[in-house]
Amino acid sequence: MKISLDWLRQYVDIDVTPAELADMLTMAGFEVEAVMDPFERLNGVVAGKILEITPHPDADRLACCSVDTGDRIRAIVCGAPNITEKMTVPCALPDTLLPSGIRVESGNIRGQISEGMLCSESELELGTDASGVMQVEDAFSPGTPLTEALCLSDTVFEIGLTPNRPDCLSFIGIAREVAALLNQKLNRPDIQIQEADPDIREMTSVTIETPQMCPRYSARLLTGTAVRKSPAWLQRRLLSIGIKPINNIVDITNYVMMETGQPLHAFDFKRLSEKRIVVRTCLSEAEKTFTTLDGKQRRMDDEALMICDGQAPVAVAGVMGGENSEIGDLTTDVLIESAHFDPVSIRKTAKKLGLSTDASYRFERGVDPEGTLFAMNRAAELMVKTAGGAIAGGMIDEYPGRQTIAPIRLSAERTNRHLGTGLSAEAIAGHLSAVEFSVTPKDHDLMDVLRPSFRVDVSRPEDLMEEVARLSGYNNIQTTFPTVSAKTEPPLRSFALKSEIREIMAGFGFNEAIHYSFTGKNGERLEIPEDDIRRNELPVLNPISESQAIMRTTLIASLLEACQKNLFRQERDLKFFEIGKAFYSHGTESLPDETGLLSAVWTGARRPHFWHEKPVSCDFYDIKGILESLFSALKIKDVVYRQTDAALCSYTRPGHSAGIRADNREMGLVGEIKPSVLHRFDIHQPVFAFEINLDLLISLVPEDINFTPIPRFPATSRDMTLIIDENVPAADVVRKIEALQVDIIEDITIFDVYRGKPIEEGKKSLSIRITYRSHEQTLEDAPVNTLHQKITEELLSAFDAGLPE
Amino acid sequence: MNKSIEQIRTEALEEIEKAGDTEQIKAVSVRYIGRKGIVTQYLRDIAALPASQRPEAGKKANQTKKAIEKAVEKALSKLALSAKDAADAIDVSLPGRVSPRGSLHPVTRITKRICHIFERMGFDIAEGPEVETDYYNFEALNIPKNHPARDMQDTFYISENIVLRTHTSPIQVRFMEASTPPIRIVAPGKVYRCDSDLTHTPMFHQVEGLLVDENVSFGDLKGLLTLFVQQMFDEETGLRFRPSFFPFTEPSAEVDIQCVMCRGEGCKVCSGTGWLEVMGCGMVHPAVFENVGYDTSTYSGFAFGMGVERIAMLKYGINDLRMFFESDIRFLRQL
Repeated sequence: MKISLDWLRQYVDIDVTPAELADMLTMAGFEVEAVMDPFERLNGVVAGKILEITPHPDADRLACCSVDTGDRIRAIVCGAPNITEKMTVPCALPDTLLPSGIRVESGNIRGQISEGMLCSESELELGTDASGVMQVEDAFSPGTPLTEALCLSDTVFEIGLTPNRPDCLSFIGIAREVAALLNQKLNRPDIQIQEADPDIREMTSVTIETPQMCPRYSARLLTGTAVRKSPAWLQRRLLSIGIKPINNIVDITNYVMMETGQPLHAFDFKRLSEKRIVVRTCLSEAEKTFTTLDGKQRRMDDEALMICDGQAPVAVAGVMGGENSEIGDLTTDVLIESAHFDPVSIRKTAKKLGLSTDASYRFERGVDPEGTLFAMNRAAELMVKTAGGAIAGGMIDEYPGRQTIAPIRLSAERTNRHLGTGLSAEAIAGHLSAVEFSVTPKDHDLMDVLRPSFRVDVSRPEDLMEEVARLSGYNNIQTTFPTVSAKTEPPLRSFALKSEIREIMAGFGFNEAIHYSFTGKNGERLEIPEDDIRRNELPVLNPISESQAIMRTTLIASLLEACQKNLFRQERDLKFFEIGKAFYSHGTESLPDETGLLSAVWTGARRPHFWHEKPVSCDFYDIKGILESLFSALKIKDVVYRQTDAALCSYTRPGHSAGIRADNREMGLVGEIKPSVLHRFDIHQPVFAFEINLDLLISLVPEDINFTPIPRFPATSRDMTLIIDENVPAADVVRKIEALQVDIIEDITIFDVYRGKPIEEGKKSLSIRITYRSHEQTLEDAPVNTLHQKITEELLSAFDAGLPE
Repeated sequence: MNKSIEQIRTEALEEIEKAGDTEQIKAVSVRYIGRKGIVTQYLRDIAALPASQRPEAGKKANQTKKAIEKAVEKALSKLALSAKDAADAIDVSLPGRVSPRGSLHPVTRITKRICHIFERMGFDIAEGPEVETDYYNFEALNIPKNHPARDMQDTFYISENIVLRTHTSPIQVRFMEASTPPIRIVAPGKVYRCDSDLTHTPMFHQVEGLLVDENVSFGDLKGLLTLFVQQMFDEETGLRFRPSFFPFTEPSAEVDIQCVMCRGEGCKVCSGTGWLEVMGCGMVHPAVFENVGYDTSTYSGFAFGMGVERIAMLKYGINDLRMFFESDIRFLRQL
């Protein structure tokens, strides 16, 4: 909200500098976000006197003027129809940036020199009149800055008001706070009303059919008014806070709303059917189509509260008036509405219409229900002053929703304990009274506090404590430390392990990436099967864009996008990992399954380029090696990798991907990304990736390490080479040996795999080293040889294998 | 026999030690134990000694000869070895085979640091779901439906009652429901707001904290956060508490720290004010305690929260918020 300092001074004496005031307001909870001069845009515009006008030789609609701008006489080409000689007008000198964004330049207009621009109200954003140049009082000598001629100099604060303080959405509200801060008196305007016959109640009536939505409706009637441009002081006030003047009646409703916080509406009384007001919701379909005074046709619903005349709606209550009862140049009789509406009802309507106005903004947050009469009378007084006419006798004040305000019992001792202060009960009462709370002491500690009607945010003792803290100054509260118990919970294992896993992955050379949890549709582009859990996608109802519309069920798409972006920048060697959640939908009415994922991608070189070696690209066994190293670092054993069926591969190449199983559960996938998927991501080099269930991984990490004794007897190893079918996974052979459960086998290592001559096609040779060790004795050669021979034979028969020739 | 055999021995060993190359060593060897060498001559001269002194002198002279021979041999082999080393010299100025470490995301680093400071103060870590019910994200935190406070956070909806959490505060509610005071937790995590421009991303990270106990005061909150700011930034960093509004705390405050760039002088980063807003905080609103069934006459507490990216930007001098989620390797490698 914008607060003009000049305007604010009407209500309170300010004896500090603007900077000091801004600081005081900020530290009292009214953050001054900016301090500005609202008329800075008019620097470069001066009063100019038109000395002579001659027709433009080459253009009928233009005239050549010689204009005295104080510094010299300028030639200026102008097309306004209303210029006359000796007229004083605003003249924008060359290099002035007009509010429209146009920069005035010295130049040539159809062959004639022009060294400036004569401006209309609308061009200067000082009003809506665009019909001709604006006139400035002749008293100002040429060259006088326009801001000076029009007294347009001011300091304006932009205040970021929190939603709990609707009472400060007005000059009087802010002035009240300033008065309390500066220990000054708040000067509310005195209102003088001269009433004339007949009485308003003989001329009109107000019926409230929905008192819950409209607790109060007050009205006054003015007759014989003349709608015209507002006087300069009023225009200046509105302009200073960025409101464009329209006409005196409308301007006064805006002015009084800004002054008091009470939204007002003015109806052209003669245009109201049956000359009466009915507050109700729409009754028929026809009524639901309504044109607001911004000229837009809008669709109302059953819940929207409407202000109607005897026949039909004439305004959307608390939001915006209707075109059909708008004040116009011919309006003579004005009905002033000063009402109170239910915040929730107004908010719903404004939201549905997508229409937030100064009025709806205030009603939503809560307006003082006791403030209708003051604002209405203030408006009536000012309207008669500026538009003439007479105020009808009496007023209408329908108030079916009057509420009593209950006192709040406040303890000084509790207040001090809560805040960490040492204030006396008197000091507390003093702070509260300064902002119009009425305090009745009950004993040395307790007091009953009655909130003022405009403080709709206050209902509990804590609300009052906040007021006390705010007004005594947060920075005056002593800094202390909580005395807390030494008892803590055991550390959250998952958090610590996630941190450790990140460190391990970084140690392996991977860069951690974090991407948005929402992406575009991934199912198709990652070729995820229809019945896969990753197809249970959870859509966002109001996404920012299509590419951020679905909660991720895999992190792979985000990581591939990261690769693409970096490859595009010629960064060809990339290793990324990400820890994030997958969201598997159970429908939009319940919470999804959130599963932690750890995913990584690797593309480009295996190692950073080294001058001594040929660059080698990474491959499947590199990324698999990372997984194996990770499991080993976390002391996770018994992880099984299986060739995945083509149907289950999704984004990885069949034959180049492995399903990962641990603890009899599927843990994830490791493999090379399919060329068709890479193509869709515009990537032109092989990418290797894995994605595993992080929650499962964490659950498999053993709580503790169990040491086994260091062996006392030496080990001995034997090799064997088998010629077996190409299709037999090497791991099956190892598992077969393990299944024999020979207790002296310590380790089984595959140390060579060979295909090609002299081995026949469709077969491969597999060389295995078995390490034997006993914990009781040094093994003798003979029994080990026999055992090794036996194992070899088992394998030969189990895999239909042969021995090399 | 002018010099004693001991003296000869010392001098010989010193000369061998000083000898820089094979030639010199050999020269020393010839001079002492060559056919006309000093020690050789000494041995010969022993014959002229009285018979009683001969055995002792002979023994000493032979020991000296052996010691010199050994020293010569050692010096020669040492030289030979170093000659071999030098023969296949490598260019040590060439770069080595690096095993570059990857990097942790700045959000990870700062989150860890924030949590660590609070963990040392006895806070536990708590986590919770990122997709939340309207109840936990709003209503339990004293933000009813159709309340203007909802405008403070632009919300992503899944459906009318399911939202992407707009803050990590729902974790506090879930934690309080499941336990009893005293409570000290910090809750880090991703949060979502329907807002995207130069200074807002639709997803960002928060760390929020909660302390509930008997007799907790606003002064305690000030003390704890002052300590935090001094440990996160440095001892000299000034801070101020400014009244603000959050529906779930009362009194509420914004914490401003003295601008880390200009030290409060006023610069572009702090828009000339000398202050930077880094945290929101306040005493837990009684309505929140009522929603989780805590007795407000016994318990009080405070909550605080901060944006991780914001702190990371200040700590690391990152000037573009969007960099956090772009995965530009040139950015990530700097960490």
